[in-house]
Order: sequence, then structure tokens, then C-alpha cells
Amino acid sequence: MVSKRIVLHFPHRLVNQPIVYKLVKEYDLQFNILKAFVTPEEEGLMVLELIGKRDNFDKGIEYLKGCGVRMQPLSQDVVRNEVKCTNCGVCVPICPTEALTVDKQTRKVKFDNKKCIACELCVKICPPRAMEVHF
Amino acid sequence: MKTIKEINEKIKKGEVVVVTAEEVIDLVQKKGAKKAAQEVDVVTCGTFGPMCSSGAYFNIGHSKPRIKVGGGGCKLNDVPCYTGFGAVDIYLGATALPDDDPRNKVYPGEFKYGGGHVIQELVSGEDVRLEATAYGTDCYPRRKIETLINIKDMNEAVLFNIRNCYQNYNVAVNLSDKPIYTYMGMLKPNLGNANYCSAGQLSPLLKDPYYRTFGIGTKIFLGGGVGYIAWHGTQHNPSVLRKDNGIPQVPAGTLAVIGDLKQMNKSWLVGTSMLGYGSTLIVGIGLPIPVLDEEVLNYAAVPDKGIYAQVVDYSVSYPNCLPGSLGEVSYDELKSGKIIVQGKEVLTGNLSSYSKAREICEELKDWIKKGNFLLSEPVSPLPQADSGYGFKMLKERPALKKEE
Repeated sequence: MVSKRIVLHFPHRLVNQPIVYKLVKEYDLQFNILKAFVTPEEEGLMVLELIGKRDNFDKGIEYLKGCGVRMQPLSQDVVRNEVKCTNCGVCVPICPTEALTVDKQTRKVKFDNKKCIACELCVKICPPRAMEVHF
Repeated sequence: MKTIKEINEKIKKGEVVVVTAEEVIDLVQKKGAKKAAQEVDVVTCGTFGPMCSSGAYFNIGHSKPRIKVGGGGCKLNDVPCYTGFGAVDIYLGATALPDDDPRNKVYPGEFKYGGGHVIQELVSGEDVRLEATAYGTDCYPRRKIETLINIKDMNEAVLFNIRNCYQNYNVAVNLSDKPIYTYMGMLKPNLGNANYCSAGQLSPLLKDPYYRTFGIGTKIFLGGGVGYIAWHGTQHNPSVLRKDNGIPQVPAGTLAVIGDLKQMNKSWLVGTSMLGYGSTLIVGIGLPIPVLDEEVLNYAAVPDKGIYAQVVDYSVSYPNCLPGSLGEVSYDELKSGKIIVQGKEVLTGNLSSYSKAREICEELKDWIKKGNFLLSEPVSPLPQADSGYGFKMLKERPALKKEE
């Protein structure tokens, strides 16, 4: 089984298409929608956790690419600005997936972007605004 | 027994023994306070947290023709400054906001840019836009000025913070069923998180709880440069409940500090935005504690597990000034990442960076060891725990106009 968090960008012409339905029906993939919206540029954006058998997963991804959906792994989208971060740790109890934790030795904040689901709760509550989103 | 003068002699000779507020804990546990007090000359403490009563005054220099900004209006990067001084002296507060900032009209407001951010940009050496208006006089005829200005071109640029470095602070929680946005950060409903704001065992005023070794005139690390304690801070409240080890259980003493902004550093003065609350400035402060005797060292060696703070509800109790603590927790528990409040496990977050406070302790230690930083004798003590000096609430009275 493969499980990945990916960001899908749907071009304008695909916004009304039942793309995710096909992933379930044709490729037997499970999905968990973490975020979905239409941007001002009228592009559909969806953050999805996609789970399934390896070959189905790969076929599903090929299908998405064939439709014209752009995608990248989620971990590239939420970034910590290391210069701005003061390592205070006020974000730690806010993060729902423990992607932000305090290292017991250094007392610095660790950001594990593999655990991040891009909820963006940390972005506005960060006092020096060190958490950045680049969808 | 040692004097500050003797310690300074050792600094000059390169023989001084300096340890950080963290190192001193282990040292005293291993060697005992008596032996450690003979060996150690200075303990360095530090803190790095948001401190709203911060700001800086500037003398911007006289333009040709002259303008009397005093009594007029003045903005730096659109952030209004206080002008009620002489012709070209202004003061910029950390929480000042541009007139067109929406504040909390779009709740919770973001407060992306304010006085604290301007101070950080100035310290970084960036040009800022100065805009001033005046009413014009015979000797100061000009009515308007708009120019870029740089900190290095100003006559004086002085950080002058009227309340910094709180001796202990509350742990903030939210008992209501809605999220709230406070100066202690966003508090999730129903005890969703507990935020605290102290470097605990590194924090200057917790390490000399009776203010024995410092006072007015004490030289400190301020914003990455050298500063001085100018006075006790506003809301200084030394006469509070203390544990047997002398450490206040609630917010207590504070410092007013001053220093030349031009020699400070953007790493230690950081403009900050508190969602739904306002903008402010994170200030880095370091205090050297001269180990005058065993007692000084004993206080300096109290670890996080001997320092306690009160858990306070910020949904109803704090805004309405209702007394009452939901419990007392140690900084050791707070640093573990969770505490128990009303039987519920609550995750903790610190607004004050422990790792940065640690860096300040190390940096100050380095300055002293290299002979670049001599200790200063306090000119006068701060109001002491037995002074009766304290903090008053505002008593409101009907404000009738004279003719009424």
C-alpha cells in the first residue's frame, strides 16, 4: 500500500469534472480531502491524501497527469522561514498533526513537513510570521 | 564574599569564571553552593520574548528650512510616532499601528506591521520613510516634510523600554467554547492549549528574585548591544506571594531599560504580530549576576522545577479582573509539553524562546570572558519585596466637565 499527501492543481476547464470519483471507481484508491478551494485565478486546488496499492496508485497518478492536473507533494508547500523563526514554540500545541514539536535537548522547534496537512493554523498565529505557504 | 570591583579586576586580567544560568544549576548540584560560590564570579541570564512596553526615541536632525515636528504629526513607514517634545524629537512605540490598519474590524486582525517592525527595520540598517506635518512658526516655518531616513543619519536613536523582563508570568488558558486571541497567543476553546511566556530558569529576574545584585545603572545585554537598567519597570510589583525559595508565584518585578539602538542587532529585536491582539516587539535581554556570596548563587541555581506560575483563564477571569488561579504549575512541567488543568491534559506552548534565551546567556558569557563587558555597580536599588511598593488598579470616578 502507498499513502501520499499531494497537492492537485486543476485547470479551469477541469474544475467541474468528477476527477476524484474516477480515482475511486477506476483505480480503487482511498482518499482523504485535507483542503479544497478555487483560487482567484479560477484554478481548483485540492490537498489530498491518496492511499492504495502501488500499481493502482501509479495508474491513478498517470490518469491525473493525462487529464492535465498539475501536482506536487504537499511537503513542498508549507515552509518555515528559518531566518524569521525564533524557535519560541507557541505553534506547537496548535498543530493538529504534531508536525511541529520541541526538541527536548536544543529546545528548538522541529518542523516535520511530511506530517504537515497544510491546515495553515500555524501561519497566522506565528508571532514573527515565519511559516509560509506556497501553493 | 566578593565585590563587583574584585570581579571586574578578574575580568580585566582574563581570570573571571562565568557560567550560564543553566550551567550553574548542575554546578551547584555537583559541588554545593559554598564551593561553587568561591569558584564562580558571574552567572549570565537571558530572556527573549514579546515585550509590548518597548519603543525608541529619535532625534531626526533639522531640515532646511526648519520644521517643528513637536506638536505636529510624524510617521515612520506610516506608523505614527509621538511628537510631544522639542522640534525634532520623536518616540515610536512597539504597538503603534498605521492609521489605515483595519485593527480588529476584520476579526481576528493580523497586525502585520507596526512600531516593532519599524524598529527592527531601522536596526537592520534599512531606510524608512519619514513623513511629518507641522503648523509652522516664525522660527520653524516649514509645514511638511517627506524623506527617506536611515538610523545612521539620525543624531540619537535610543531604545527606551518602560516595562521589560517580567519576573514570572501567567499561564494562559481558555475555558470558554470559542477560540480567543490574546497577547498570550491564540487560545483554543475548552482548555485546548496553555500558553506561557518566560525563559524560566534562565530568566533574569527569576535568578535574583530579591533584586540584590542589580538596580538602576546596571549594565545589561539589550537587543544584541549594551544597555542599562534605567528604573524599575511600570507595574513593578515586588510585594507578591513568593515560594520558600523566594521566587514570586505570580508576575512581579519588571525593568525599564535603555540603550543606544545604533549598536543593537536585528536578531535580538524582532517585530512581531499577535493575531487578534496587535503588533509588538520581541526583545532580547541578558543580565549578568555577580556572585557576591553563597546566597546569590543559591538563588541563581534554582531550576525550572522550583519555579511556579499560575494558570489563568483569559476568556472571563483575565478580562474582567476576577481573581483566581486554576492551579499552579512548575516550568519543568510546562516544558514537558503538557500540564493538567481541571483534570484535563493540556498541551503547552511558550511565547518566549528558550533556545534564544540560552544563546543570550552564552553571548553575554563570551563578552565577559573576553573582557569586553565589565559589570557595573547599581546606583540605587529597585523597590524591594518588603518596600510595600505595589501595583494598583484604576479607580474610576465620574469625569464631569468643569462647567457641569
